[in-house]
Amino acid sequence: MAAAARRSPLACLEALSLAGTLPLALCGSHSLLGQTFDRMLGFLKNPVVVTAEINLSLVALTVMGLMSRLWGLSYPRAVVFDEVYYGQFVSLYMKRIFFVDDSGPPLGHMLLALGGYLGGFDGNFLWNRIGAEYSMNVPVCSLRFLPALAGALCIPLAYQILVELHFSHCAALGAALLILLENSLITQSRFMLLESILIFFILLAVLSYLKFYNLQRHSSFSGRWCFWLLLTGVACSCAVGVKYMGLFTYMLLLAIAGLHFWHMLGDRTLSNVSLVCHFLARGLALLVIPVAMYLSFFYVHLALLYRSGPHDQIMTSAFQASLEGGLARITQGQPLEVAYGSQITLRNVLGKPMQCWLHSHTNTYPIRYENGRGSSHQQQVTCYPFKDVNNWWIVKDPGMQQLVVSNPPRPVRHGHIVQLVHGITTRYLNTHDVAAPLSPHSQEVSCYIDYNISMPAQNLWRVVKHNILHLKLFISACYLSHCSNSESLLFTFFFQWKILTLKNEDTEHKYSSSALDWITMDTNIAYWLHPTSGAQIHLLGNVCTWASANVAAVVYTCLSLWYLIRRRRKIYDIPEDAWQLWVSAGQICVGGWVVNYLPFFLMEKTLFLYHYLPALTFQILLIPIVLQHLSDHLCRSLLSKSMFSALVVAWFSSVCFAYRTFSPVTYGEPLSVAELKDLRWKDSWNILIRKQGR
Amino acid sequence: MPAAGGGRAGPGPLRQRGTRRLQGTPPASPLSPRPPAGRRAALGLVTLLSFASRFHRLPEPPHVCWDETHFGKMGSYYINRTFFFDVHPPLGKMLIGLAGYLSGYDGTFPFQKPGDRYEQHNYMGMRGFCAFLGSCLVPFAYLTVLELSKSLPAALLTAFILIFDTGCITLSQYILLDPILMFFLMGAVLSMVKCNSCADRPFSASWWLWLSLTGVNLAGAMGVKFVGLFVVLLVGLNTINDLWDLLGNLNLSLVTFGKHFLARVLCLILLPLTLYMAMFAVHFAVLNKSGPGDGFFSSAFQSQLIGNNLHNVSIPEQDGYPLSCHCDPYPGGLCRGEGIYTYLHKDLNNLWIIKKHDSDADSSSPVEFVRHGDIIRLEHKETSRNLHSHQHEAPLTRKHFQVTGYGINGTGDSNDFWRIEVVGRRAGRLIKVLRSKIRLTHVATGCILGSSGKTLPKWGWEQVEVTCTPYVKETPNSLWNFEDHINPKLPNISLDVLKPSFVEILLESHMVMIRGNSGLKPKDNEVTSKPWHWPINYQGLRFSGVNETDYRVYLLGNPVVWWLNLFTIGLYLLIAISTAVALKRGVQLTSEHKGELSRVVLCGGGQVALGWLLHYLPFFMMGRVLYFHHYFPAMLFSSMLTGKYWMLGEATWKIARGAFQILDGHFNSSRSFYLFHPLSYGMIGPMASDPSSPMAGLRWMDSWEF
Repeated sequence: MAAAARRSPLACLEALSLAGTLPLALCGSHSLLGQTFDRMLGFLKNPVVVTAEINLSLVALTVMGLMSRLWGLSYPRAVVFDEVYYGQFVSLYMKRIFFVDDSGPPLGHMLLALGGYLGGFDGNFLWNRIGAEYSMNVPVCSLRFLPALAGALCIPLAYQILVELHFSHCAALGAALLILLENSLITQSRFMLLESILIFFILLAVLSYLKFYNLQRHSSFSGRWCFWLLLTGVACSCAVGVKYMGLFTYMLLLAIAGLHFWHMLGDRTLSNVSLVCHFLARGLALLVIPVAMYLSFFYVHLALLYRSGPHDQIMTSAFQASLEGGLARITQGQPLEVAYGSQITLRNVLGKPMQCWLHSHTNTYPIRYENGRGSSHQQQVTCYPFKDVNNWWIVKDPGMQQLVVSNPPRPVRHGHIVQLVHGITTRYLNTHDVAAPLSPHSQEVSCYIDYNISMPAQNLWRVVKHNILHLKLFISACYLSHCSNSESLLFTFFFQWKILTLKNEDTEHKYSSSALDWITMDTNIAYWLHPTSGAQIHLLGNVCTWASANVAAVVYTCLSLWYLIRRRRKIYDIPEDAWQLWVSAGQICVGGWVVNYLPFFLMEKTLFLYHYLPALTFQILLIPIVLQHLSDHLCRSLLSKSMFSALVVAWFSSVCFAYRTFSPVTYGEPLSVAELKDLRWKDSWNILIRKQGR
Repeated sequence: MPAAGGGRAGPGPLRQRGTRRLQGTPPASPLSPRPPAGRRAALGLVTLLSFASRFHRLPEPPHVCWDETHFGKMGSYYINRTFFFDVHPPLGKMLIGLAGYLSGYDGTFPFQKPGDRYEQHNYMGMRGFCAFLGSCLVPFAYLTVLELSKSLPAALLTAFILIFDTGCITLSQYILLDPILMFFLMGAVLSMVKCNSCADRPFSASWWLWLSLTGVNLAGAMGVKFVGLFVVLLVGLNTINDLWDLLGNLNLSLVTFGKHFLARVLCLILLPLTLYMAMFAVHFAVLNKSGPGDGFFSSAFQSQLIGNNLHNVSIPEQDGYPLSCHCDPYPGGLCRGEGIYTYLHKDLNNLWIIKKHDSDADSSSPVEFVRHGDIIRLEHKETSRNLHSHQHEAPLTRKHFQVTGYGINGTGDSNDFWRIEVVGRRAGRLIKVLRSKIRLTHVATGCILGSSGKTLPKWGWEQVEVTCTPYVKETPNSLWNFEDHINPKLPNISLDVLKPSFVEILLESHMVMIRGNSGLKPKDNEVTSKPWHWPINYQGLRFSGVNETDYRVYLLGNPVVWWLNLFTIGLYLLIAISTAVALKRGVQLTSEHKGELSRVVLCGGGQVALGWLLHYLPFFMMGRVLYFHHYFPAMLFSSMLTGKYWMLGEATWKIARGAFQILDGHFNSSRSFYLFHPLSYGMIGPMASDPSSPMAGLRWMDSWEF
């Protein structure tokens, strides 16, 4: 072992990552002590030799990928599409201001911010409009570098995946070239967006699982076996950490791992103990580590962001107080415990649908509501979503007359009976057996006006639980029910709830599309338009690749069904090992396409074409698989084989042609109106043509 | 064979059933020592108890309970033959209506709100019908479990669990769709199981009978509620399994296999489909008078209803200037007033006059026809203001533009111009009443007139918001058609030519139902029942009465039964997994034990557990409002699983055998039934939170509200 290690761990790793075809013996391990000892002495006899096998075509592919993704990265020097959205978060990271992005986990944003950090970005840019010119302090190139690099690395990953699926070098080359020439993936990689990073981690997870699985037969529990297993888990958690969409691929890999383990169960040569070990290793690497890593992303996020910011209010008051600025400025030097005579504000802990504070003002409830029910006509108590002087209350001991804090202060404890006095109007918080304005089953809460009134005051409240900044109060079984109502008091046109109804509106977008449009690419997204010349960038796929990917999926499904039914009748069209290859390739590629695509039909959020890209990547991998299968097993004669090859060459040149045709809108080269019109192959594409004289 | 194994659920049962079929006869179970006479007696006893428990105090309470207000009302609609709209398919309500009709109910009770007293109206027929179907569930479950497990104690336990479940009793005693749905569902499962047992003598009379009965019951289940789809799935999966087995049996020629295949297509696809369409045909044939459901359907359909203002009228076919028309967003909804809202009912404020954009056509000029692509103005007839839009945000949908009425006596500005376009037509074509789906594009801003589907608050009379959307997308919300059309200069046509075909009506009604179902969204902050509440019996449903003096009925499962079910599901999972692993690892067992284990645990239990999953899991993905009673179909399956589990205990672990669990189970369920029976049969007096109430000690969970 030592000898092998001496031989060059570095070269070994390098060769692995580059070629993946390194002879096993180089890194293999033999555990017999005597042999090891022999070798330890043996290295003295032989010189230290570094042998590395480098797959030049893989290197060439990587270089071409890097060129296609990195070329002219800082053009256009303007905000492109969703950069306007992610840019805000990068700026907040740079300024260390706390935020919560409700659309996804933080790893993706952190990686983008890493780019900004390396480029020395100070976070000072106003991300408000797509197409706005970047100012000089924005390091455009380094902000876009990481996504572009991830996009470029997808190409060697695709190659390796096909090799690990035991398909030929030629098929692997084809898969890598198809990914290389896919316009939509290029466009998506070249900007500060998350999809290319997501796809990179997804492919990495698939590749490492395949490597792990292929090592399984010969060398379980070897170093490389452990490495690839761990890498699977890590890549999965990174994919989930970039976008929740990564969860689909993670689930797929878990299912495949479960299935493989189920087959292992049937293997009678394995002992029960080794099976338990296998199970625990998989559980640790594929469940425990991803969860731990996922949590660590949030830990890093919180550790990085220590200043108060716009999203503080989503979090609990205690958390807000831990941020620099914001609530901490108020609470700083504030007494920890609430005492009789303390002035307090009460915030509804739930914070849903929005955070609000217990509030009162001089307006009274209307005598009669519109539906005819009566009210107490007492002073209104509401829950107000803004900080206001009317939110202040004083805690009073019902047994004492004074409001001042006694010396020493008497703290309010769990179970104490208190009264709450509204600071501005000096009225007591009161509830009585009158139906609440919107929830007739609950009691009304008011501030008690003690003149001209027939009802007795019921203003004693029991403190049930208390925390630093919030109290939860109730009397008998009556809750402060206002806070949980989403409708406003109709009569008092305070705009407090109006914001709420307007908040759920972001469901429509000019370039949103439905999942069904994606297969046929009936939709596109205009990412950027040059203000004067006709140059523009669109998310638009390689028409030829998309169509052939669909055909490949259909052919795969039909052929599989055909084989399956025939095998059931004990007719075997293809040899058993070819069938196994066909099935395992389908599990990954068709499975990956299905899990990344079908769930969108159930989703109700706004969908865009770029949501389809992970599914598309898997579908593209299927094309060379189907082609190789067809040529190996269906083209029997030499003539048909050569015919088939000629067809494949013709088809591939059409893919290249489509790539060339659409590359101007991929890279944003200036185009004349006539050229733009020529590019509009489908009526549903929204290619922006400047109209004259209108 | 990894792919094949991965592609289907549980390879174990298949192989097992396949071998069973090869043997020719089902193995005579060693566990059925009792003679058939005893079984018949048990069946009689179970049926008797079931009917007794469901019909006990059926007339109480003599007022409308919970959803009776809907389904009773819809039964009355059938008797009165007025057209209505509901989100469920028609069979259940038709049967309720039929039961009412046969028992002499005249359809005059209004069913306005829960708590209304029936007085002299005869409601017992409808309740009795539902209770009858609800009572049939118990013998069905008994027979199913008997067939699956061949064990009398298991079947008896299942039956007693269902007899003594307060929830099932409550749900069967009122005019609801659930007993009808569950009847068909259990019927389908029973016939499927029976058909599987006949598998050794295919194409015999009983085989055909059970196969076609399965199809009939499937059609029934689908025809009552769309939840019936889950049992269709269950039967479908079972059929695919069956066919897969047959295909793998090389003794069968392909011709025989083809016969099997065609028989199933005939009985399980074509027969149910025909029946399903037939019930819609009956539905539309019976409901021929205009009623509250008209506005949900297209204008062409409405013209077929007696009493609708489109019925038997004749209006000019082509639109000309000037004219008055009713514009109607393609599925239901009209426009109105100065604030422009769509209004789901029809009135005079819905009339608009079409004018050319540049001139006021006076009444003497000859008729000009409106063509595709013309630029027009729409003047509101009552207030003489023009339909107008501008770049201000709409009241609710802030990304859209506001639409208003503008100008005095028809004079306005260029923001009043709209281009009229017919969907799928070329420029210059005439626009036809009712049939042309049109789109109105605002000339100045390029936006499209549509209704956003949101209800305006009180100031907007709770009507639907109309906006002008700048997103040029093809959605039904932005399509309109001309409905009323008044123009004295044009010849009138009769609307009979527009009569839609039955298939069109069928498709349209399904679109409307699907839209209605997805429209049942919970409001913000509304406390709704969550699917995870259900198996743990977390919270019930108030059927009737809130206060102490009311006659209260509370839908809540018998907690002992439900928690036993829950426990059994967990136990079943454990046993199934360990059995599967043990079999896969080749643990040394006698072949008899092995067969028994895989048959009981994986095959029979698997079917029932799959049924439970199929009727439960999909609710987690549903966005609509959910209620506790949605769980009851799944609960039937979990009860059957409970029964079967005890049978398993009997078969494999002899220690667990015997009277202890069985008697204990029976005893527990009947004793707890005695404790909780007031939930179903009604209670009066103080609430359970009051110590003086008879139910005082029984509020085991704080979330129960009785």
